[in-house]
Amino acid sequence: MNEYKQIALQGLWKNNPGLVQLLGLCPLLAVTATLTNALGLGLATMLVLIGSNILVSLVKSLVPKEIRIPIFVMIIAALVTCVQLLVNAYAYGLYLSLGIFLPLIVTNCVIIGRAEAFASRNSVVKSAFDGFMMGLGFLLVLSVLGASREILSQGTLFAGADLLLGDWAANLTIHFWQLDTSFLLAMLPPGAFIGMGFLIAFKNIIDKKLADRAPTPDTVEVVTRARVTKVS
Amino acid sequence: MAFKIASSPHLSRNFQTSTLMQRVILCTLPGVATQCYFFGWGVLIQVALAITVALISEAIVLQLRKRPVADTLKDNSALLTALLLGIAIPPLAPWWLTVMGVLFAIVIVKHLYGGLGHNIFNPAMAGYVMLLISFPVQMTSWVAPMMLASQPADLLGSLQLIFLNPSASEVEAYKLGFDGIAMATPLDTIKTDLSMGLTSIESLTKSIFNDGFGVGWFWVNMAYLAGGLAMLKLNLIRWHIPVGVLASLFICASVGYLLNPDTHVGPLLHLFSGATMLAAFFIATDPVTAATSVRGRLLFGALIGVLVYVIRTYGGYPDAFAFAILLANLCAPFIDHYIKPRTYGHRSRS
Repeated sequence: MNEYKQIALQGLWKNNPGLVQLLGLCPLLAVTATLTNALGLGLATMLVLIGSNILVSLVKSLVPKEIRIPIFVMIIAALVTCVQLLVNAYAYGLYLSLGIFLPLIVTNCVIIGRAEAFASRNSVVKSAFDGFMMGLGFLLVLSVLGASREILSQGTLFAGADLLLGDWAANLTIHFWQLDTSFLLAMLPPGAFIGMGFLIAFKNIIDKKLADRAPTPDTVEVVTRARVTKVS
Repeated sequence: MAFKIASSPHLSRNFQTSTLMQRVILCTLPGVATQCYFFGWGVLIQVALAITVALISEAIVLQLRKRPVADTLKDNSALLTALLLGIAIPPLAPWWLTVMGVLFAIVIVKHLYGGLGHNIFNPAMAGYVMLLISFPVQMTSWVAPMMLASQPADLLGSLQLIFLNPSASEVEAYKLGFDGIAMATPLDTIKTDLSMGLTSIESLTKSIFNDGFGVGWFWVNMAYLAGGLAMLKLNLIRWHIPVGVLASLFICASVGYLLNPDTHVGPLLHLFSGATMLAAFFIATDPVTAATSVRGRLLFGALIGVLVYVIRTYGGYPDAFAFAILLANLCAPFIDHYIKPRTYGHRSRS
């Protein structure tokens, strides 16, 4: 069980695809203008990641080493096509607002990276779990960035949630404040870069705090002297 | 009798960053005064607000970074940044605009990159660009010169417009009371007219161009030019960057004007409108973010001039100096890498 805990820790924090590996930056920066878009793309990526990890892990002994990358890419492309068609069928509004970034999941380095680095070397269950945790880590970063950018730029949260979740979700939108003029910078790509920089800095601060708090293993206990000779 | 032996340089002047910055600030004063004369109290209020916010935020960041607060504040660099940004912001812009711009300039552009001497971008211009792309409406509604305004804002009126967040009804009242205050700058007017199919000569017959250059702007530019020449005289800056900027802008504008005078404005209008002189002498010459060698500085200046012309003529924003300077800031390390002065005693590389 400890092994799964490690996998979870790696995906969510220590080796987070968004904050540490800095993989998949293009969708990370491009679609996080609103929380809904971020969640949509994060979920799609997570689905593809789990699926590709399972499939790659299943076929790992059958694939010749020399041509493994093209085969992995084909598996991923097939899965992305499935996800794209599903989104097109069941969440057409979201499909329109994500645009090119949905098919572009194929080129997301997180997916091929996990296929190559983890799934082609581990059992199916572990690979599926790794895919889930990496996907969740990516999804979380996307959501935090999307939420903060949406709040800063429009003063709302979950605007257009009905695109993702269906009509009942239209009431989920939270209005924090009414802005006469929206803060465009947060909505535009530079805002994504700046926000990403702050997220990474924030993670580094937390890591540093944790490292400072952790007891250093090589502290030598101060031995009180057994015998004190009197010095006059 | 003992001779004190110290290492060179033996003749030193007590000339530190704070002195330099202080003198640069003094040299902007004629320009600021002229701007106040033409555009009213708003200019001074924005500058004062910017300086207050800059000093407070710089002190807080220094405290957080565990740096000596008082010593660093005394180097006057935050003061200069705030002054330049305060001049650049439209005089009657709401207060939060200035506060946001200054905070961005000082905290993010200057201190997150490591403080004075480590910033890649000119803080004042980065703050300005942040405001311009975030709030284009507020940042491009410049006030009309006092002579053309139907009802110029006095000190109290300016303060009210800037600091009181007027409710919707009050805004309406202000709109009626100060009708005609918000007005495009000369460059903006020409851009709009050209896009509507007028020729530049027809555009120049409008009241804002009464003296041929745009009311007020010509004298503001002249005042900054005078301040810039004073800086050259005092050896605060070298001549290469301003000359590079002005020469390349002049050449580009002349070529454009000669090729097609109907859709391009003349070189003199380019040189004496908008922020040309302020940017060429006071902003582009920032020693931290500019190129360092002599030829590098000429190239750096020329790059800014070309970019300004291109962005002013073909871009979507009326003035271009902030963008041009940031882009040139990006190129400065590149320029410094490829253009190195010949070391004394060595031959040139070829």
